[in-house]
Amino acid sequence: MSFLKLEGLNVRVGSLPILRDVSLQVESGEVRALVGESGAGKSMIGKAILGTLPDAIAVTGGRIYLDGDDLMTLAAKDRRRLIGSKAALIPQDPLTALNPARRVGPQISNRLVDILGWRRQDAEKRVIELLHEVHIPAPERVMRAYPHELSGGMRQRILIASAFAAEPRLIVADEPTTALDVTVQKQILRLIRDMQRRHGTALLFVTHDLGVVSKLCQSMTVLYGGKVLEDTTVDQFFRGPAHAYSAALLAATPKYTDPDSSLMPVPEAVIRAVEAEIADHDQRRL
Amino acid sequence: MAEGRMAVKRRINPRLWLSAGWLFILVVAALAAPLLAPQDPLAQDLFASRLPPLWQMGAEPGYPLGSDSLGRDVLSRILYGARIALLVALIAGTCTCILGAGLGLIAGYYRGWPDMVISRFIDIWMAFPPVLFAILLIAVMGTGLTSIIVAIVVIDWTRFARVIRAEAMSQGAMDYVASAKVAGRARFGIMLREILPNVLPTIIVLLTLEMGIAVIVEAILSFVNLSISTDDPTWGSMIAEGRATIHQSWWVLVFPLITLFLTVLSFSQLGEGLKDHFDPVLR
Amino acid sequence: MAVPLFEIRDLRLSFPDLAHKPLFGAAPRVEVLKGLSFDIQRGDVIGIVGGSGSGKSTLGRAMVRLLDVDAGQIRFDGTDITHLEEDSLRPLRKRIQMIFQDPMSSLNPRHRVGTIIAGPLQLHGFDQIRERVDFALSQVGLPLAFRSRYPHELSGGQRQRVGIARAIATEPDFILADEVVSGLDVSSQAQVLNLLERLVSDMGLTLAFISHDLSVIRRLCQTTLVLHHGEIVEHSATDQLFGNPQAQYTRELLDAIPLPELSPGWLD
Repeated sequence: MSFLKLEGLNVRVGSLPILRDVSLQVESGEVRALVGESGAGKSMIGKAILGTLPDAIAVTGGRIYLDGDDLMTLAAKDRRRLIGSKAALIPQDPLTALNPARRVGPQISNRLVDILGWRRQDAEKRVIELLHEVHIPAPERVMRAYPHELSGGMRQRILIASAFAAEPRLIVADEPTTALDVTVQKQILRLIRDMQRRHGTALLFVTHDLGVVSKLCQSMTVLYGGKVLEDTTVDQFFRGPAHAYSAALLAATPKYTDPDSSLMPVPEAVIRAVEAEIADHDQRRL
Repeated sequence: MAEGRMAVKRRINPRLWLSAGWLFILVVAALAAPLLAPQDPLAQDLFASRLPPLWQMGAEPGYPLGSDSLGRDVLSRILYGARIALLVALIAGTCTCILGAGLGLIAGYYRGWPDMVISRFIDIWMAFPPVLFAILLIAVMGTGLTSIIVAIVVIDWTRFARVIRAEAMSQGAMDYVASAKVAGRARFGIMLREILPNVLPTIIVLLTLEMGIAVIVEAILSFVNLSISTDDPTWGSMIAEGRATIHQSWWVLVFPLITLFLTVLSFSQLGEGLKDHFDPVLR
Repeated sequence: MAVPLFEIRDLRLSFPDLAHKPLFGAAPRVEVLKGLSFDIQRGDVIGIVGGSGSGKSTLGRAMVRLLDVDAGQIRFDGTDITHLEEDSLRPLRKRIQMIFQDPMSSLNPRHRVGTIIAGPLQLHGFDQIRERVDFALSQVGLPLAFRSRYPHELSGGQRQRVGIARAIATEPDFILADEVVSGLDVSSQAQVLNLLERLVSDMGLTLAFISHDLSVIRRLCQTTLVLHHGEIVEHSATDQLFGNPQAQYTRELLDAIPLPELSPGWLD
C-alpha cells in the first residue's frame, strides 16, 4: 500500500478550481517530483497534504490517504497530530521560514517539544545530532545564532535538519533550492538525497526545474492548471515525454551542451489544447 | 498559462456609500442652512424655551428638534454649527495634509540630510503633549477660527509626515524609480511623477482621517470655550450647554452629539472605504 | 579597431556594513567590486555571470551610473562618465538603457503601459512619441491595445516585455539586462531570450546580460565575464569558456548545473 495516496483531489477558492481531480501515489521511500510552471497548483498539493491551505482555499472533494488514514475523515486536532508525526516540510525560502527574532536552535527543538511532546534535553540533543548530519560545523555555536547571521545555504541545511527531526515518513520539499546559488543548490540536493536514503523517507519534491528532477527523482507528475497531465517514471520521461505539453516544457529548457538548439517557448497550439482539456474536464464535472 | 490577474470585481462598498452619503447631506445642509433653518440660530425667545422635539407632548411647530433654555432652535443651531465644523475640517485637514505629506515625501525620497533634519524635527515635535500645546497656542494667539486651524495643523502634521516618509522610502527602493533615474529624470521629477501617485492613496486616507480629527478637536475646544469667540453656534458649545440641562432638556445635548458622532464616523469610514476602493488596483 | 563602447578600468566600489556599525564613528566598508577592468565591444552581447554576492548587479548599476564608484574609470564611447554631472550625463542617457529583474517592481503600478514606454521619449524630447511607443510595442510582440492597460493587468512575461519596450524606445546603443529572465517560467524565459536575440540583431544593440544561469548565457552571449567575490575570474569568448574553462570557479559553476537529461551519479 502506498504511503501517500491522493484520489481525485479537488481544491477550490470560492468557485474557482485550483486542483482538478488530482490523483497520485508516493510509495514508502520513493522520491517523486511535482512539476509544473508557476500557478500550476504544485505547491497547493503540498499544502493540502500538510493541512496548511490558506483560509480562503478549501478541499472540496477527493481523498488524501496518509499511511492508510483518510485525512478528510479525521477531526482537526487528530489530523494535525497525525500530520505532525508522519510528515514534514522543507520550505522554499529559508529567510522567511525562520523567525528572524529568535535564535535558530530553539526554533528547531521547540517543534519537537511543543508538537511531539519531547523533553527539552532530548530535543536539544537531537538537534545537535541533526546539525552534524547536515554537515554544519560547530553546531553548538550555530544553535545560538540568529537566522540573519547565517548564509542562505546554511539556513536551508537547518531547515532540512528540522524537517528530518521527528523521523517523518514523508517530506514535502517545496522548491527548496530555487532561492539558492547553483553551486549551493548542488550541495543541498546531494544532502537531501543522502538524508532521504539514510532515513528511508518518502519525498514529494515540488519544482519547476526539469534539470533538478532528472538528477534527484525517480518518478514525476506533471501539472498544468491544477490538472495532472502526465504521471510517469523519470527514466521514461527523459527518453520521451508522452504529453505534448511536457514535451514542450522540455524543449523550452535551455541545455548549455546544446547551444544551437532554438529555445522553443511552449507553442500557442499546445497551450490551447491543454486549456481545452481542462475546460472539457470542468464541463464533465458539472 | 496566463498569470495575469483576473479583473477584480469592484465590490459595491456599503461603507463608502453610507459615509459619503452622510457627508454629502451634511455639506448640502450646511450650505443651505439659511434656507433650511426654521429659525435664526441666534434668536432668543424666552417664551419658547425648553420646547421638546416634534414627536413629544408640548412641542411647537417651528422647533422640530426642540429648543434650548434661551429659546434658540436646536436644529437651526446644528445646521449652522455644521458650517463651522466642515470649514475647520476642510481647511485644517488640507493644510495639515500639504505640510505633513510634503515634508514626509521629501524626507522619504531624498534621504540624506533633508531626511535627517526633518526626522529629528518630527521626533522633537512629537515630544510635546498635544493638548497642552493646543491650549498654549490658543492662549497666545487668542480664540477664533484661525487659531483653531493653526493649532490643528501645528500639532498634527507629524502624523502625515511619519507615514508618508515611510511610504516614500519603500517606493523609492523600487525598480521603476531606478528605471526613471537611468532614463535621466531629475530627482524632483521622479518624486512628483513616480512616487507621488503611489503614495496618493495613503495621503487621501490620512486626509479624511484628519478631517474627522479636526472636527473632534474643534468640538473639544468649543466645549471648553476655547473655540470661536462669537455667539455663532458650534456643536461643542451646544454639547457643553446641553450637559448642564440634561435632565430638563436632554435634546439640547443629544442631537448635536449624535450629529458630531455620525460626522466623525463618516470621515473615518470614508477613508477606509476609499482605501478598499484603491487596493485592488495597487496589488 | 573601433573604440570599444564601454571601457572599464580598475573599478572599485564598497558599501558601509551597517550590521557592524560601532556606536560612534562610521561603519566599516565591505568591498563589493575589487578592481575590475574589461572592455565591451560595439555590437557584442556579453554575459556577466556570478553567484549572489559576486557583485554582478552592482557592476551593472555602476556602469549605468545608478551607483557611484569609489575608484576607477568608466568610459562610454570614449567619454569619461565616471563622475560626470547629471546635466552633462543626461544626453548620453538616451543611448544607455536598462531592463530590470522584477517585472512587478520595475513598472510604476499607477502608470499605464503607454505612459511607461513614453517616459524616456518625453524626457529626451523625441517627436512622434505615439508612433514610437506603438513601434516599440510591436517590436516586442505586444498588441497595441496594451497601451492603455495597467501593469497589474498583465502577466509576468508580458510585463517583462513592456520593460524591454521601454528600453528600446529611444533606440539606445547599449542595454543592460539585469537578471531579466530569472523570475520567469521556462516558457516565458524562452520567449524573452528569443526576443532579445532578435532585437540585438535588428537594432544593432550592444547588450550586457547579467545572470546567475550559465545555460541562459550560452544561448545568448558571445562573450562571458565570470565574477566571483567582486573579481573577474574569467573573461573569454563564450564557446571557449564552455569548452575549456580556465578558472576553478567557472568549472565549479559548470559542474553544478543540472542539465535536463538522465545522468546517474551526477550527485555523487
